[in-house]
Amino acid sequence: MTDATASATDTAIMAAAFREARAKRARRAAFLKHIFLIAASFVMIYPLLWMLASSLKADNEIFGQLGLLPADPQWDNYTQGWNALPVSFTNFFWNSAVVTVLSVIGNVISCSFAAYAFARLEFNGKTFWFALMMMTLMIPYHVVLIPQYLTFLQLGWVNTYLPLVVPRFLASDAFFIFLMIQFFRQLPRELDEAAMIDGCSPFKIYWAIILPLSIPAMATAAIFSFIWTWEDFLGPLVYLNDIQDYTVPLALRMFLSQDSVSEYGQMFAMSVLSILPIILFFVIFQRLIIRGIAMSGMK
Amino acid sequence: MQKFLRKNAPAYVFLTPWLVGFFLLSIFPILASLYLSFTQYDVVRPPQWVGLENYQYMFEFDYRFWKSLQVTFTFVVVSVPAKLIFALAVAMLLDKGIRAVGWYRALFYLPSILGGSIAVAILWRQLFDYNGVINSVLRFFGGDGPYWLSDPRYSLWTLIVLAVWQFGSPMLIFLAGLRAIPQDLYEAAEIDAAGPVRKFFAITVPLLAPVIFFNLVLQMIEAFKSFSGAFIISGGSGAPLDSLLFFTVYLFNEAFSYFRMGYASALGWVLLVIIAAFTAIAFWTSKYWVHYENERG
Repeated sequence: MTDATASATDTAIMAAAFREARAKRARRAAFLKHIFLIAASFVMIYPLLWMLASSLKADNEIFGQLGLLPADPQWDNYTQGWNALPVSFTNFFWNSAVVTVLSVIGNVISCSFAAYAFARLEFNGKTFWFALMMMTLMIPYHVVLIPQYLTFLQLGWVNTYLPLVVPRFLASDAFFIFLMIQFFRQLPRELDEAAMIDGCSPFKIYWAIILPLSIPAMATAAIFSFIWTWEDFLGPLVYLNDIQDYTVPLALRMFLSQDSVSEYGQMFAMSVLSILPIILFFVIFQRLIIRGIAMSGMK
Repeated sequence: MQKFLRKNAPAYVFLTPWLVGFFLLSIFPILASLYLSFTQYDVVRPPQWVGLENYQYMFEFDYRFWKSLQVTFTFVVVSVPAKLIFALAVAMLLDKGIRAVGWYRALFYLPSILGGSIAVAILWRQLFDYNGVINSVLRFFGGDGPYWLSDPRYSLWTLIVLAVWQFGSPMLIFLAGLRAIPQDLYEAAEIDAAGPVRKFFAITVPLLAPVIFFNLVLQMIEAFKSFSGAFIISGGSGAPLDSLLFFTVYLFNEAFSYFRMGYASALGWVLLVIIAAFTAIAFWTSKYWVHYENERG
């Protein structure tokens, strides 16, 4: 009896010790993991921090140094960089904003139309069109670029924003259709059916039921559309020749082609400003962005 | 007839913008570029039919074409697996209910969202400058950094590193996939005294195979299409010594620097066929290593 109790307490003590050792090991493992992850995050972010730091440094301080703190912050880099090119960056940012806002609007409207048809309506030829739509995701832009360019040249659209914006109103980015289809499919079917019985037309259902319930999907599409259009380089490179019309990425490239090598600080200052809107969007809408990727699985 | 219309009309109204775009911006251009690929066309004079001459020249004489294929393939074959390995490794570290996971996820993902920008391409040029950050680090550890940007033996590495740096998006997709693996499988394996390596190859890899496959196809297509980084870092030409002559960069210059639209269209079709072939191969091999849950495994 006493023996049994003793061995029971022994076992209990041993189990407790074992549990404690395991918890300790788990804590140490978690601690090491955090150290590693913090170090890895720092390496990942370091190039961006270095860009930010360099944007405040004097040119002779930028190279050959790893340190991030500028000895004497050169805020001038920003004001001078803003006007360093023949046309001021006010112009470039305005151009980028115009192209981006119009593209976002076009994408959200046209892609949600197509997605609604594919996700919620029944029609003849649905699988056929759907397969074709998915195949367009694979087509490299470089293949269609030349005939598109020649067409826009004929139309007299080169050197305007039309080639960059009009295709967006024609759902040219199948990725967003796909993203929205994934979302629309999750909404309960009964909603449409009930509305249909109440005599709602498909248009009414799209407008009054699907859209209001899909704000997160619309926002996700709008955010990605914003980021990609803002960063787009190839489109503007092909279609815009007049420096007055340049978007920000084209303007940044001019820093590289300029011969004067003494403007690194200014170049970095404008680079920082060029990605600032994206970083702001990322910070504000992080949750939507991350869920959007997990859901659609792209980019 | 009326019934047919009532069923189809609304859907096709909603599809109209996409259908118009599909024909004008995808189908017509693809066919047009196929036609142009059999011509010589400098935009000024009308296209001249030359039959298979463009393709013949390309395959037989154009060493820049072969060089650009070699550069692109090397880039794809090295950068895509490296990127996926990083993505999976970090995703597994973040998977097991670790604190502050949101922060890490955001920090690791940020480069993916900025990586395509010209600002980052410009930054990359400076990081890999002979006196840039990368070489400063190498010197700190006692090494000696090469001329990354002007030495053709090393220049492609700058772009591979740039691509791998953007492992954030496949990482997020892996994370979502890992969450879907039932935890009790791992517990059962632990009872059978399976070590971490065994668990990885017996549980994680097979159950994650569809996600791995998805990421592989997607990243491969992206890598074949990548342009801006190589264009900016090589100064637009594929220099030094064509070591950064990505297929897309070559195509762009043929079309928009030399206005050889016919030849560039032929290059475009070759790219399309290469991407389609690689995707098809990936799908074909997937039969042997990707099993979906609702199939018999």
